[in-house]
Amino acid sequence: MGVGLRKLAAEVLYPGEADAPILKLSAPVSFWGAIDPATGALVDPRHPDCGKTVSNTVLAIPSAIGSSSSSAVMLELLRNDVAPAAVLLAGDDSILALGVIIARELGYPTIPILRLTETDFAAFPRTGRAAVRDHTVTVSRPR
Amino acid sequence: MRDMAPLQLTAEERAIADGGLGEAAALAMRVVSDMGHLMGAKRLIQIRSAHVDGCLYHGDGGVEFAERLVAGGGQTKVPTTLNVGALDLLRPDRIRADAHACRMARRQMAAYVALGARPTWTCAPYQAGHRPSLGEHVAWGESNAVAFANSVLGARTERYGDFLDICCALVARAPLTGLHLDENRLATVVVDTSKIGRELKHADVFYPVLGSWLGRTVGDRVPVIDGLPGRVSEDQLKALGAAAASTGSVGLFHVVGITPEAPDLDTALGGRPPEHVIQLTPALLREARDRLSTASGTDIDAVALGSPHFSLEEFEQLERLLGQSRVQIPLYVCTGRGVLEHLVQHERAVALSDAGVEIIVDTCVVVTPILPDAGGVLMTNSAKFAHYTPSNTGYRVLYGSLEDCVASAVAGRVVRDEELWG
Repeated sequence: MGVGLRKLAAEVLYPGEADAPILKLSAPVSFWGAIDPATGALVDPRHPDCGKTVSNTVLAIPSAIGSSSSSAVMLELLRNDVAPAAVLLAGDDSILALGVIIARELGYPTIPILRLTETDFAAFPRTGRAAVRDHTVTVSRPR
Repeated sequence: MRDMAPLQLTAEERAIADGGLGEAAALAMRVVSDMGHLMGAKRLIQIRSAHVDGCLYHGDGGVEFAERLVAGGGQTKVPTTLNVGALDLLRPDRIRADAHACRMARRQMAAYVALGARPTWTCAPYQAGHRPSLGEHVAWGESNAVAFANSVLGARTERYGDFLDICCALVARAPLTGLHLDENRLATVVVDTSKIGRELKHADVFYPVLGSWLGRTVGDRVPVIDGLPGRVSEDQLKALGAAAASTGSVGLFHVVGITPEAPDLDTALGGRPPEHVIQLTPALLREARDRLSTASGTDIDAVALGSPHFSLEEFEQLERLLGQSRVQIPLYVCTGRGVLEHLVQHERAVALSDAGVEIIVDTCVVVTPILPDAGGVLMTNSAKFAHYTPSNTGYRVLYGSLEDCVASAVAGRVVRDEELWG
């Protein structure tokens, strides 16, 4: 079985490196109220991806909505070692990067946060793995 | 960091970042500056006040952050109010969290007071005398408070996330971007409500539903709502904004003839044609209303009011609706301690307590464990409670008017009047 590789150029909101399975959410998410800061599980029963966990994934989110406490949930996820490995956003949102900046100040682990173009985000796969390095997201999936 | 021209700090701001005012102010300036860069700001501006939403315990990281600021000599440089914590400090026994969580929650709240902020502990600081004036730059957190400050008061704040709001307060600066700028405050979406019945538009129960639909529909764009009655109460606007900020990222909305930056439609749009005009229909509204509930049937276990925190006017409505009745199931009303003090001074708190009403201050039933463990169905008149109850409490939720909520609490089963919805 071969592996298809595709490289996407992204905007870096917070730098870092990651290589993990992809979790692409089907709907916007408010980290506060939808994600358990202790476990990384998506617990909002109204969210189409309820029951999945964001931990150690390359988490692709159409947009972050709702609570201004989502930065606090990101901080706790990082502190508890259950954060995503990287976050890819389609929209212009800085709330999750804020949680990562505070983690940096407290000496916790940090993760990369990048923004894809809307076209790249729409075409971004729901399965497979992705690697993040500098400005580049490399998608690999079995074919 | 983001690939664009860096944000420029003044000499004074650079001195603060270099530690001239202590370690906490330096940390705060680094965070404000980094976030300003991310948010596309070219410089910072002076702010006049702050409302800080970082006092709620989500885990030990938030406590460590606040205590780091205290240890670094942090002091707020502008008048600062505090959002809810995880404890009812007047009745801490109400909280059913474990001992570690309660201890840490108390430390977190104490740290923010040590930073010089006012212990208001409310998500409705605008009901606690914190009311910045038209055009004033402020840094507020808590999504409903942001929507209210921008939309109803005409003050200027971005949607500051937890930690950034306190950092702004510690250096009296915020990034000059987003809703601080004239051009970003103009509406780009018109919501036409002319197809919605007049009677419904006068009812309190309409506004949370309108807000829920609005947030989901416009996301983070600035909408202007046309065709509402000439009088919309502050509590109705509060409910509208809280709902829109829960289902979407609405930080500013205009209502023609009501909110200060929308004396007429053309002014709200800045004389430009709208990018979208959306016709609101009764069917869209009913769909939004139904989406607020995850339960059906006639069984309920509790009623919760006061998200955002209940105002004095809302307490008057509650007292009228209760009359001489007593509730059969727990009825929680969440409010600020300032409002409770007023009720106590005017000898109204005892009567409410005698009627079985449980008044919760400093926090609310959806952000901290207060509801009985057994689970069940919670009824509320708040779209924000309806939105967050299932994930935060495990309860299923039923949305209804304040009248429905009180009648249901008195009857001990669901009583709903849906005639208005057509």
